[in-house]
Amino acid sequence: MVRYFLLLLALVTILVVSIAGLRDYPFLSHKTKRPPIEIFPDMVRQPKVKAQAPSDFYADGRGARANLTGTVPVGYSQPTASTGVYATMGSPYDVVVFAGREGYANTGKNGTNWGNGLPFSATLATLERGHERYQIQCAVCHGATGSGNGIATKYGLVGVANLQQQRLRDMTDGEIYNTIVNGKNTMLGYGSTIQVSDRWAIVAYIRALQRSQNGSLNDVPPADRAALQDGVSASTPAKH
Amino acid sequence: MSNFFPRWVNWFPLQLLVCVLAVGAPLTLGIWYYFTPKYTRVGYQPDQPVPFSHALHVKQLGMDCRYCHSFVEVAAHSNLPTTQTCINCHGEGKILPNSPRLAPVRESWKTGQPIPWVQIHRLPDYAYFNHAVHVNRGVSCYSCHGAVNEMSVVYEAESLSMKWCLDCHRAPENFLRPPAEIFNMSWHPATASDQLEMGMKFKEEWKVNPPVNCGGCHR
Repeated sequence: MVRYFLLLLALVTILVVSIAGLRDYPFLSHKTKRPPIEIFPDMVRQPKVKAQAPSDFYADGRGARANLTGTVPVGYSQPTASTGVYATMGSPYDVVVFAGREGYANTGKNGTNWGNGLPFSATLATLERGHERYQIQCAVCHGATGSGNGIATKYGLVGVANLQQQRLRDMTDGEIYNTIVNGKNTMLGYGSTIQVSDRWAIVAYIRALQRSQNGSLNDVPPADRAALQDGVSASTPAKH
Repeated sequence: MSNFFPRWVNWFPLQLLVCVLAVGAPLTLGIWYYFTPKYTRVGYQPDQPVPFSHALHVKQLGMDCRYCHSFVEVAAHSNLPTTQTCINCHGEGKILPNSPRLAPVRESWKTGQPIPWVQIHRLPDYAYFNHAVHVNRGVSCYSCHGAVNEMSVVYEAESLSMKWCLDCHRAPENFLRPPAEIFNMSWHPATASDQLEMGMKFKEEWKVNPPVNCGGCHR
């Protein structure tokens, strides 16, 4: 009698383990569409609005609210050339600034004309930041060298601009900045994704890319030219 | 008077004890083994409104995490992309403009209503996790989310239990990475001792001192 009971129990145990699977073994563990069980969810799930989460409080069910017309950013003050946020800006993480402000630094325009030059002085760090952001946001379509041959073009995206063409070499910095923010033709704007200082860093990096594909011997310091012509690199390879 | 109870009754209490133990032991072990986030949370793989494949976009196309999760370095939460982020490539006349699988994206783009993505990684509301401080100090996406670049359908790879958090907060050197590899989901240290040596160096250089007191995460 007991023997049968133990046998039955062993079978039930094996059945439960085979259905439930084991932890930590990807090939034995289960995947489930069922949300994890929470036995006492009172404090675990509080009725507060969390980022990008739904909320029953509003009629449209969204926790995140769209800006009303005329909303002014927190800490809004119109930057000027010498007192703008860029005068004190250190690391890109110090100040996070998005669209909605005026002045060359934010629109790429001086009055009604596209301006040229960065609104802050570029350093090697600016270019490195620009390189990083370009790789993240731009290279998917425009390609690592800016030739308009990014991976998306292999999957049917057409009309991607070649940043190496003469028209874009001649384009002002302000207009390139504006294209990043608001897009152009089939490209949608990236203003909601890339913050202001990064947009300018990308402009700087695009200029570097354009030079990199269009260099002549005259761009090489005189001291290094002879070595270059011998086919021997005199200086250490560039970082990127 | 003959024996009122038959002879097997002598053994009955012992048999009962054996049976109770035989039921109790696996039950206890089963609860210990299964009633934990290691089992209840890991492997949660809900259906999403759009069958977006991280394996395709990250591994095959080589896209960076931050193309879509654009504010993870500056915000406490790692944002879901806006619908426009999808439309950048999947808009009219672009890639797969008429795919039925992208219908919810086009619908959202037309109406302005968000795509109802299902959240997979949910901490309790009394635990405050900040993505920015982690990814800016050497903790990779991989450490908490697993090999997302291999997942065609995302599932929860780690338990996200408090013990699991503390494992790293008490010994971050086992997980810290070079800053350039934070978003590289296929990077792995060559050996465990490499990791430890590198981790100790980063911990020292960056003054990584993760809180292990309650107030660190429960404000």
